[in-house]
Amino acid sequence: MIQALAFYLFAFVVVLSGAMTIASRNPVHSVMWLILAFFNAAGLMILVGAEFIAMLLVIVYVGAVAVLFLFVVMMLDIDFTEMRAGVARYFGIGLALAVALAAEVMIAVGAWSTGPIQLARRAAPISDTVPNIQAIGNLLYTRYLFVFEVAGLVLLVAMIGAIVLTHRQRGGVKTQNISRQNARRPQDATRNTSPVVGQGVEL
Amino acid sequence: MTIGLVHYLVVAAILFTMGVLGIFLNRKNLIVILMAIELILLAVNINLVAFSAFLNDLVGQVFAMFVLTVAAGESAIGLAILVIYFRGRGTIAVDDVNRMKG
Repeated sequence: MIQALAFYLFAFVVVLSGAMTIASRNPVHSVMWLILAFFNAAGLMILVGAEFIAMLLVIVYVGAVAVLFLFVVMMLDIDFTEMRAGVARYFGIGLALAVALAAEVMIAVGAWSTGPIQLARRAAPISDTVPNIQAIGNLLYTRYLFVFEVAGLVLLVAMIGAIVLTHRQRGGVKTQNISRQNARRPQDATRNTSPVVGQGVEL
Repeated sequence: MTIGLVHYLVVAAILFTMGVLGIFLNRKNLIVILMAIELILLAVNINLVAFSAFLNDLVGQVFAMFVLTVAAGESAIGLAILVIYFRGRGTIAVDDVNRMKG
């Protein structure tokens, strides 16, 4: 009973915050609703016993991705009022397509759930004695080790790509050039002259 | 009143549809489009975890982790492209993107 209650609470909030994410006028509010959606999705995942993925969702999405979104939204100086111009125009066709897609998925789920499907064999059965995190670790570092390393490579490439894309050398900015300062000798910087009285010096 | 796999699938389906609808509604705002893509990937993750839990197979959770990885990389690259696009154009309206046409 309490599980059903928790499920309906999390499901309701995740759907509501998903709707508010796409309907919100201000992208900052959209990011906040997205964070709420992720938190509640993590709650849904904890309900079925996937604690590791739930924690990962909170850490990676709320801690990194959502903050990245917030950073970009606040960094760019965008006029958000004109961004909403096309909403009324695209609402009809978008809603029609969304309803069609939802109906298709529901029909697929209904067809799937008419008969109970039993898997003939499982790749990695869930054990009751081993905790979730330990089981995932056992699987990840043995059978899926190379896939895991490729995932790390994907993140590396994404990081390098993001840095390469956004890095720029701005012209007209005065910065300190330490090596040039250190290489400067007194004889280069100063000069002894003996000007004739009354004529001054030319530098 | 027991919660089965179908409940989770329905929630994920609604979330997925909402992501698609978000792409349609916010045609001009690239940031919200990226957020809608995140919603879609979240729905996929809910599906993977639900199947993993109810069919008693752990591999779904492992793959949900990989989906998470790709989603993080995708949003980082997407936001980087958004930043340089805004730097060049002063707007993020995507309905007239013809700058990347070679």
